[in-house]
Amino acid sequence: MAKKLPSTDVVVVGLGWAGSIIANELADENLKIIGFERGPWRDTAADFNVASAADELRYNRRQDLMARTRQNTTTMRNSLTETALPMRSWGSFHPGNGTGGAGNHWAGITFRFQPHEFRLHSHLTERYGKELSPELTLQDWGTDWEEMEPFYTKFDRLAGISGKAGNIKGVIQEGGNTFEGARSEEYPNPPTQQTYAPTLFAEAAKNLGYKPFPVPSALLSRPYVNSLGVAMGACTFCGFCTNYGCANYSKASAITTVLPVLVRKPNFTAMTNCEVLRVTMDSSGKRATGIVYMDSNGEEWEQPAELVVISAFIFENVRLMLLSGVGQPYDPVTNTGTTGRNYAYQTANSVRMFFDDKNFNPFIGGGAIGMGIDEFNNDNFDHSGLGFVGGGSTRVTPIGAAPIDSRPLPPGTPAWGSEWKKATVKNYAATMSIGCEASSYATRTNYLSLDPTYKDPLGRPLLRITFDFPENDRKMAAYVTGKVGEIAKSMNPRQMVPSSQQGHWNSAPYQSSHIVGGFIMGADPKNSSVNKHLQVWGVPNLFVVGSSAFPQNPGYNPTGTVAALAFKAADAIRTRYLKRPGEMISV
Amino acid sequence: MKTLLTVCAGVIGLSVSLAHGATGADSYNIVEKGRYLTTLGDCTACHTIPGKPLFSGGVILDTPFGKLAGANITPDPATGIGRWSFEDFQNAMSKGHGLDGKRLYGAMPFTAYTKVLREDNLAIFAYLKTVDPVENKVETNQLPFPFNVRTSLIGWNLINFKEGEFKADPQKSEQWNRGAYLVEGLGHCGTCHTPKNLIGGDKNDQFLTGANLQNWVAPNITSTGHDGIGAWSEADIVKYLKTGANRFDIASGPMAEEVEHSSQHWKDEDLLAVAVYLKDGAKPVEAAKPVAADDAAMVAGKAIYADRCSACHTPTGEGAANLFPKLAMAPLVNSNDPSSLIRVVLAGSRAGATDAAPTAPAMPAFGWNLSDENVADVLTYVRNTWGNAAPAVSGSDVKDVREGLRAK
Repeated sequence: MAKKLPSTDVVVVGLGWAGSIIANELADENLKIIGFERGPWRDTAADFNVASAADELRYNRRQDLMARTRQNTTTMRNSLTETALPMRSWGSFHPGNGTGGAGNHWAGITFRFQPHEFRLHSHLTERYGKELSPELTLQDWGTDWEEMEPFYTKFDRLAGISGKAGNIKGVIQEGGNTFEGARSEEYPNPPTQQTYAPTLFAEAAKNLGYKPFPVPSALLSRPYVNSLGVAMGACTFCGFCTNYGCANYSKASAITTVLPVLVRKPNFTAMTNCEVLRVTMDSSGKRATGIVYMDSNGEEWEQPAELVVISAFIFENVRLMLLSGVGQPYDPVTNTGTTGRNYAYQTANSVRMFFDDKNFNPFIGGGAIGMGIDEFNNDNFDHSGLGFVGGGSTRVTPIGAAPIDSRPLPPGTPAWGSEWKKATVKNYAATMSIGCEASSYATRTNYLSLDPTYKDPLGRPLLRITFDFPENDRKMAAYVTGKVGEIAKSMNPRQMVPSSQQGHWNSAPYQSSHIVGGFIMGADPKNSSVNKHLQVWGVPNLFVVGSSAFPQNPGYNPTGTVAALAFKAADAIRTRYLKRPGEMISV
Repeated sequence: MKTLLTVCAGVIGLSVSLAHGATGADSYNIVEKGRYLTTLGDCTACHTIPGKPLFSGGVILDTPFGKLAGANITPDPATGIGRWSFEDFQNAMSKGHGLDGKRLYGAMPFTAYTKVLREDNLAIFAYLKTVDPVENKVETNQLPFPFNVRTSLIGWNLINFKEGEFKADPQKSEQWNRGAYLVEGLGHCGTCHTPKNLIGGDKNDQFLTGANLQNWVAPNITSTGHDGIGAWSEADIVKYLKTGANRFDIASGPMAEEVEHSSQHWKDEDLLAVAVYLKDGAKPVEAAKPVAADDAAMVAGKAIYADRCSACHTPTGEGAANLFPKLAMAPLVNSNDPSSLIRVVLAGSRAGATDAAPTAPAMPAFGWNLSDENVADVLTYVRNTWGNAAPAVSGSDVKDVREGLRAK
């Protein structure tokens, strides 16, 4: 039996990007806010020492920043007919843990989604009509570019994003990404310097008539004091980025941009190492009354609140809704219910090149330091007659080639012995890869639900992922990988190794933590869970924020949009909800 | 009855000096003034343990002679200053005498507080009487023999103490005099920044030229000399004291605590007065001769700096404002005494956080993976590059600090 605590104004569950941003915005309304975090308090000064942060064994092999699967994991299967099994160590994706969340160990690539993305179903239907495959359950977001743009700008200023605009107020900018939506202003910081591999790629792409641009980066190009007064440093290209915390205060995360200010506010309290078990609802089911959590002593507490914001990682957002009975669980057979619907991923492709005459010094780099092109992304090219929709962000962003993990070798190299050693020496510095991070479109049978068999240590069902790559996405993967191959070929490598996402989803190798959907936003409560303010349909004092709200995933990294949605939800609460608590949109 | 006694003592104390009497409004004004003055004086530094009730005492001060503890200065009659009259308080501040003439140790900086005007002491006392009384017995004197014998202080005072209120210099501006009053009096800057003689008294002919306490160097904060703050503008000084950071440096160690507890709350005009006073009498910086760049320690230090330090402090020693302190031409770097530098390289250090500069960045510890010689070489390099010039650091200097840190 949970012991009941005195009520507070707001509880925020999860102190990663989304939760920290919302808590900080609402703290400025003088509301009493309690933030809950299942992991520890993390802080650059205490946790990411420049003399020890670059520890590949600890952070990459042993995944020190990730949630422990013993505490919480997911089960997975590829289709409805299979029995799901639990992931006992993280493979495909890396859910974070502690304040800052997965935003501590991200790569820092910060794209804005394009205007047509927010009305993807309408847009593609208008353009391709009957060609659109019935396999896909694409949806509009219920919002549009004009509504999103101010919040992307707020995030750019918070995180100090370094880049070059391609479109300011409709005026195309030379050197930027000309496919992006009209921005209200230039990036707060100029692009980072480029290393050798991205420079070569950009030259080759330009020679083929494409328009290369610096990848927008949350690894800062210069010292910066952000919109909240927090100071950040310039990226040093140390190479320890994805899966690592940043010791130089140069990778934007909640701990380097928001939390130093938020913790100083007397009306904010952080409860760390506290796992939220469920949202409590009143008897009508139309009002959240708070949350129940367990502290590190194993004691259960009920924290009542006027407003409940769920802003954990996507998996826990959806699982908490399923465990709390919020919304009807999605059923792929009857195609009813919304909670768990439209789960999607990202479709990863690449072409690796081996050279004889190049030295890339591959240990120099950062997760978002690179050049890209967008000619084959999303609907930037005509899909008529191609048999698929979608595309990917093509780019070269070499994260440092770390000593343990980075052994890029041509196929056919022996796995050990003197030939392996010789090949390692020959190829370590003479290889580069062009990646294509491509869209993942929702289908009726890709979804999230509670697992009928496996439970966490507290006896709650684990979240079950049912996912496989749709036929549409595999065709798209083959097409974009072919296009990337053309660029690679023009660079005259000794050998090219293309890798396009084909076959079934395999949860074992790392792919990306870009997982989306399951509690999606939209204009219609029949096929979405939250409205465009991230407010749960029918439960007006409950907001669920994160990539769980994406109806499908474009060929871009999700973090910039997660953060923009957090600002958007906070703005709606501040300017509308607090004045007149209730449904902000009635259907 | 106890409460009544307290009130009476307070009223008597006030009525002696306040000829116009204490109306409600005056009482409010005087208490508010006193609250600000206790902030100016950073009384909490020694009299409040973080997280414990305000002014309930017990903060341990490590001195070269042993341990002293800050007294309970709440109005508790038994364990605080509840039975004190104002004159008792005035005597403590101006003469270093406790109740019944008991002599206070110089850790209570009465050698500075003697300059505080009587009317300001009245306000401080009035404010202290409004604080929640807390029963907390503090043994202030934890010194070993013979230092624990307070009669030894008679001789100490003869040598080190000159009693008397601040006297304004009519040749100087009102602003300068306000600055001087704050620096020499309540601000008690000299307690840390003035070199000490063998028995712990201030060497007043070297006022504010830098000192070492507990392996922290309080640098030269005069505008004179190669290691002073001659390059800082008045605005730089104000920004440093207000936010803990400016384009040159970030406060760490005891100074970070001072900024957090005290100077960030000072009125801007008071900070500016301090800056005007500190900048007065600036003399051109004499050219010092750095250690030669081809010296073996310099060559080794340059390589270590590139590998371990340059990512944050930048290859040219410029650092980044509000984040990574500038090493080029920094007072602390050029100080004859390298103790603070050695200490932060070995043990790391964390800057304070203020509303204006909330980042609170940290210098990581390198003691675990740099040898004494490594630390000495890199500091010799830092202290003699980019216009810096200061004596080379030796491995044995580093060893001493390392052992000092281990002893704690």
